[in-house]
Amino acid sequence: MEQDIQYETLAEDALLLRFGDRIELALNAQVQAATAHLHNHLPELECVPAYASLLLRFDPSIWAGADGQHPHQQLQAAVSTCLRDTDQANAVPREMVIPVCYGGEYGPDLDDVAASCGLDADAVIARHTTGDYRVAMLGFAPGFAYLLGLDPKLSVPRRTDPRQRVPAGSVAIGGSQTGIYPEILPGGWQLIGRTPLHLFDVDANNPSLLAAGDRVRFRAVDAETFRQLLDEAAAR
Amino acid sequence: MSVTILKPGMLSSLQDGGRPGHAALGVGRAGAMDGPAWQLANALVGNQQAEAAIECTLVGPSLRFEHAAVIALTGAPIAAHVDNIPIPMWTTCHVPGGSVLQLGGMAHGCRTYLAVRGGFDVTPVLGSRSSDLHARIGHEHGRALRTGDILPMGATAPLPALRGGGDVRPLHWSLDPQPWFAFETRPLALLRGSHWSQLDESSRQYLWGGHFILSKDSNRTAGRLDGHALRLQAPLELISEAALPGTLQLPPSGQPIALLAEAPVTGGYPRIGQVAAVDLPRLAQLRPGDTVCFHESTLDEALARLSARQQRLNQLLETIAQRLAQV
Repeated sequence: MEQDIQYETLAEDALLLRFGDRIELALNAQVQAATAHLHNHLPELECVPAYASLLLRFDPSIWAGADGQHPHQQLQAAVSTCLRDTDQANAVPREMVIPVCYGGEYGPDLDDVAASCGLDADAVIARHTTGDYRVAMLGFAPGFAYLLGLDPKLSVPRRTDPRQRVPAGSVAIGGSQTGIYPEILPGGWQLIGRTPLHLFDVDANNPSLLAAGDRVRFRAVDAETFRQLLDEAAAR
Repeated sequence: MSVTILKPGMLSSLQDGGRPGHAALGVGRAGAMDGPAWQLANALVGNQQAEAAIECTLVGPSLRFEHAAVIALTGAPIAAHVDNIPIPMWTTCHVPGGSVLQLGGMAHGCRTYLAVRGGFDVTPVLGSRSSDLHARIGHEHGRALRTGDILPMGATAPLPALRGGGDVRPLHWSLDPQPWFAFETRPLALLRGSHWSQLDESSRQYLWGGHFILSKDSNRTAGRLDGHALRLQAPLELISEAALPGTLQLPPSGQPIALLAEAPVTGGYPRIGQVAAVDLPRLAQLRPGDTVCFHESTLDEALARLSARQQRLNQLLETIAQRLAQV
């Protein structure tokens, strides 16, 4: 896979690996495979995966070559060698199931989304829960996962009047993407439901429930189950 | 061992070296905006570790030391009094228990660091005591300090160079603030960004020769630069990818944005430049209304200057440690 990578020097301590310039499942899978491989073989690097690129942060004083080579050249050579034998096929993603209570007070924009898609609310829920999603990257806020795999039929524009406070756990659609707000945040995506799960907890061993590369499915739950799960999450 | 905040100042927060290693979770580094000033403040109180200090912005806080403490102030020049006695910056100072430190306004610059011996010993979050004000991570959910806050100080052995208790006593020597604080404005070194070549001709010229003004909308996340709007030859539709402190982004308004310590970890605007790491502390010391200009730097120059600065800083840190160990 390594011959397709473009290397860009972003800063004294940062090298970007570009796999492409589109939002595409196959490109993102390459990013995730490279991230996993580099994490195992060059653990001193900080890897920041995105849709079609991977940022590496490193200590330039460690990677400076004795022969006057740039640290970036040394690092690029090491990364290129390391990725030459990446086997993409062996990466089995973690599967995460996210319970969601759709519509009503938890998904105030569900009816608007349905109208905009020319579907009824149940059909939107059915399509959203049928989807097989991948976490392409985390960003915007701690624990905010950008998911690939939204049914194109459910693609709706962002709100013209963004909310100042989107409730934590809100499941939303913005353009061709879907995601979950991990905490109270400003946001312009359309809110179709809410999950009782905590997406981000700084005190947990793994602070983020979701990680780049995860496979995600949504499961519809009723309001009573939502509250039950919310109580369980709070008790933990 | 604690400190009570009597007045918070304009924007005071706990900062250390930040929390690297969590960008893949959407968590940025945060940390002191002027790294060398923060390191020197810690060194002056004899802290061996990268302890948290208070980063003050434009107007400093007032605080009471509930027990005797050893303190140091570095960064932007600020009026500082302990129980109405003026104290110098860039040195080590003993303050008695119950004394009140009043920090005033800054004559130049934007950020002053107050370190205490033992550090401010709040619980680290994801390995750091830095307050990420934007992402709300850190002590008290990463908020700025408020009146009534009580900050614990770590326990330490007395400092040999400052033996004995008693009154407000600074050491008889201090550091030359230069080159660690720049009193005059000089252009900041800027590396070409990935999309620099897609600026139109006049925008490219303006970037190297023109003057921008740091907007009052600037904060620890980003510095917004007002001035001649910069234009691309053609609009670029980019997908989000990792973002970094020091990156000069160009949003559709044409007013560049310099990302700073609390930059979001991803972004989708064109990157027209990257402020050389060695000049990020100088960018951090600019205040709203100050002029910002850039000169072009190569990666080689930027790396060489960064390495030279690091060597000089390491030597100074060592010298300070030696002198503090002398009775």
